[in-house]
Amino acid sequence: MRVLAAMSGGVDSAVAAALAVEAGHDVVGVHMALSRNRDQFRTGSRGCCSIEDAGDARRAADVLGIPYYVWDLSERFEDTVVADFLSEYEAGRTPNPCVRCNEHIKFEALLDKATALGFDAVATGHYARIVDGPGGRELHRSPNTDKDQSYVLAVMGPERLARAIFPLGSFASKAEVRAEAAARGLAVSAKPDSYDICFVADGDTRGFLRERLGSRPGEVVDVDGTVVGEHDGAYAYTVGQRKGLGLGRPAADGRPRYVLDVQTATNTVVVGPAELLTVDRIEGDKATWLVDDAETTLDDVEIQVRAHGAPVPARAHVRGTTVEVELTGTPLRGVAAGQSLVVYRGTRVLGQATVTRAWRAAPAGVTA
Amino acid sequence: MTGAYLDHAATTPMSPAALAAFVAEAQRPGNASSLHAAGRAARRVVEESREQVAAALGARPSEVIFTSGGTESDNLALKGIFWGRRAQDTRRTRVLVSAVEHHAVLDPAFWLAGHAGAEITLLPVDADGVLDLDALRAELTAHADEIALVSVMWANNEVGTVQPVRDVVRLAHQHGVPVHTDAVQAVGQIDVDFAASGVDALTVTGHKLGGPLGVGALLARRELPLEAVLHGGGQERGVRSGTLDVPAIRAFAVAVTEAVAHRAERAAHLAALRDSLIEGVHAVAPGAVLRGPDPAVAPEQRLPGNAHFTFPGAEGDSLLYLLDSAGVEASTGSACQAGVPQPSHVLLALGVPEGEARGALRFTLGVTSTPDDVDRLLAALPAVVTRAQAAGLVSRGIA
Repeated sequence: MRVLAAMSGGVDSAVAAALAVEAGHDVVGVHMALSRNRDQFRTGSRGCCSIEDAGDARRAADVLGIPYYVWDLSERFEDTVVADFLSEYEAGRTPNPCVRCNEHIKFEALLDKATALGFDAVATGHYARIVDGPGGRELHRSPNTDKDQSYVLAVMGPERLARAIFPLGSFASKAEVRAEAAARGLAVSAKPDSYDICFVADGDTRGFLRERLGSRPGEVVDVDGTVVGEHDGAYAYTVGQRKGLGLGRPAADGRPRYVLDVQTATNTVVVGPAELLTVDRIEGDKATWLVDDAETTLDDVEIQVRAHGAPVPARAHVRGTTVEVELTGTPLRGVAAGQSLVVYRGTRVLGQATVTRAWRAAPAGVTA
Repeated sequence: MTGAYLDHAATTPMSPAALAAFVAEAQRPGNASSLHAAGRAARRVVEESREQVAAALGARPSEVIFTSGGTESDNLALKGIFWGRRAQDTRRTRVLVSAVEHHAVLDPAFWLAGHAGAEITLLPVDADGVLDLDALRAELTAHADEIALVSVMWANNEVGTVQPVRDVVRLAHQHGVPVHTDAVQAVGQIDVDFAASGVDALTVTGHKLGGPLGVGALLARRELPLEAVLHGGGQERGVRSGTLDVPAIRAFAVAVTEAVAHRAERAAHLAALRDSLIEGVHAVAPGAVLRGPDPAVAPEQRLPGNAHFTFPGAEGDSLLYLLDSAGVEASTGSACQAGVPQPSHVLLALGVPEGEARGALRFTLGVTSTPDDVDRLLAALPAVVTRAQAAGLVSRGIA
C-alpha cells in the first residue's frame, strides 16, 4: 500500500512510520505545519508544531529513508480547530481541540489530500487498535491504558477509519515504543512527551482566550445569587473548575467552591459546593457511530467524558444524532457542555457525541 | 534506472576533471599561508587557480576573492560595498536591488536596512522578469549621491531571465554608482566577461557549474571600496579571512575553466533540449503556463537550461512529490520557510497571482541531461498534473 505517515516530530509518529515501512508499505512522511506564525507556537521539545519538531520529523524520515514533505494546513487549522476552540469557550462550553483536530485536520484535510494524491492510508502514532471484526473495522482501546487515545479518535466515521493505520495499536507501554525508536537509531527516542494544547503557548489557556476574545469583566455569584467575586471573562471558566477562582471571601461553611455553571448571556460564573456537580444523566448531540445499525438503546455500555477519565457504566438511548445517557453505576462530577462523550462496550468504541447538558435525575441530599 | 535529474539550477554533479583535481589536492597537506615548502606548494595551487578563474571570466587575478560560495559572495558584496561606500560619504545609504534577486542578495540588503540604516529600493521587472531600466534611471537621477550600490543578477535562478546588465552598468556609472551582479546561474550557460561587462563586483559559485559545493568567488575591482565581512588572518587581501580551501579552489578553477571553454556547444545542446521540453509540456499539459521569456521569441533573454511553468489548480509541492515518485527530480524554484512552501517572490514580482504562483515547477538542464530525461518527464506529467489538481481541489475545500 502507499501510506502517508503523519510525522509530528515526536517519538510515537516516528516509530509508527518505521513500522509502516517495515510492514512493506511504500511510505512518505508528511509533517503538518499548523501555524502561519510558527514563532507563536511553543518551541523546544514539548509541542508538536515548532520548527524544531519539523526538523526532528525530517531527521527521522531521513533515517528511515523515506521522502518527507511539509504540508501547510495552518489556514484549515485556524478556521476549524482554533475557531471552534474560541467559539465554544465563548459560548460557555469546554471544547476538546484534539478531538476537533482529528476530525477536521488529521482525518479530513490530511487524509483527503493524501487520498487525492493516490495514497491508500494515513498512518499516525496514535495509541488505539483497529480490529477487523465480523461487521467490519472496529476501533478499540490501546492496551496501554495510560496512553490510550481511542477517546480522541472516536469522532472518526467508519469511512475514515477504513483509511487509517495505527501501527502503535498493540504497544502496551511508552517505554516499548522508545526502545523501538532507539533500536532504529531514531534520535527522538528520548524526546519528552507533549502535553497540553499545541497552539496555546506556555499552556496558559486563560491567557490565550483573553488575548483572542478580549477582557469582559463580570460577576461570580453563589447559588443563591450573592456576588462573591469578579472575573475577567466568564468564557475562561469551566464547569467543575476549583482552582483560580480568586474569590475574595470564603464560603459560609468554609468548604471549597467549584464552578457550577458558566452563563455567557449574562457573563456570570456560578459557584457552589462539590455535591452540586454530581450528574447521572448526560445529553449529547452531533453523535457519530462506528457500529452499524446503532440500536435505539445501547445497554451495558460505558461512557467516558474526558481524555483521561475513567469509564463508567451506562445505558445510552440513541435518537438520530442525539443521545441521552443514563449512568447506571457511579455518577460523574463536573461534566461540562462541549466535552466529548464517548460510548464504549468493553474495549470497543461504539460512537461519540458532544455533551449539550448534564443533570441529576436521581434524588440526592442536595438538588440543583 | 536512476531518476531524471532536472534540477541543475539547484546543484550540478561534479565534472570528472574537477573531482579528480579535488581528490588529488585533498591528499596533499598544506596551508597556503604557511611559509614552508608544503605551504608554498599549496599557495602555488591557489594562485594558479586564481589565474585560471580570472582568465576564464575576463578578470585580473587580483580581482578574484575566493569565498565559500554564492551566498557568502553576495553578502560580501552587499555589506562590503555598502560599508565601504558609506565610509567615503555618509549620505550613501540607499541600496537598489531588483525585485527578483535571490535571497542571498535580498536578505543581506534587508539586514542592512534593519541594522545599518540602509534604505532598500526594489526595482520592478516586467511580466517576463526583465528589469525596468526606466525605474532604475529614475532612482539614479533622483538619488545618485545617496546610492551606495546597485545589485542586479545576471540571470534569474527561477525563471531564467537574463538581465540587461550592460545597460544597468551604463546607467549606474553615469552617476558614479557601482554595480554588483550575482552571476551564479549565468556562468557556463551564457557569455560572462567581467571586464567587458563593466560590473564592479560579480558573484560566481562552483557547484552550479560542475565544481564542488562550498567554494566560489567574488570578482571585485581593485578600486571598489569593499569592507571585510569575515575578519581574521587577513587572507584574500584582507577582505576574506580564513584558511584557503586548496582542494576546493583547485577543483573550482578546473570546473570554471571547463564550463567556459565548452560553453557555446553545451549551451546549444541545452537550448535544443529545453525547447523540446517546453514544446512537450505544452503538448501533454495544455493548461501549463510558461513563465519567463519565451525562447521562441527572445532566445537570448532566457538561460538555455531553464524552463519554468505554473500549473493552474495544482500545488507545487504536490507536483514535486508525484514527480519524485515517478523518478523525476525537479523543483518548485522557490524557498521554503521552515519547510512550508511559500509563493515565489519572483513570480509575484512578475505579476503572477498568488494562487497561480503556488503551482510552480522549474526544470533545469545541465551538461549531463539527455533526451531520455525529458521523455521521462513528459511520460509522467499528464497523470501527475491531473492528480495534483484533484488534490488542489480537496485542499481548497472545493471537492
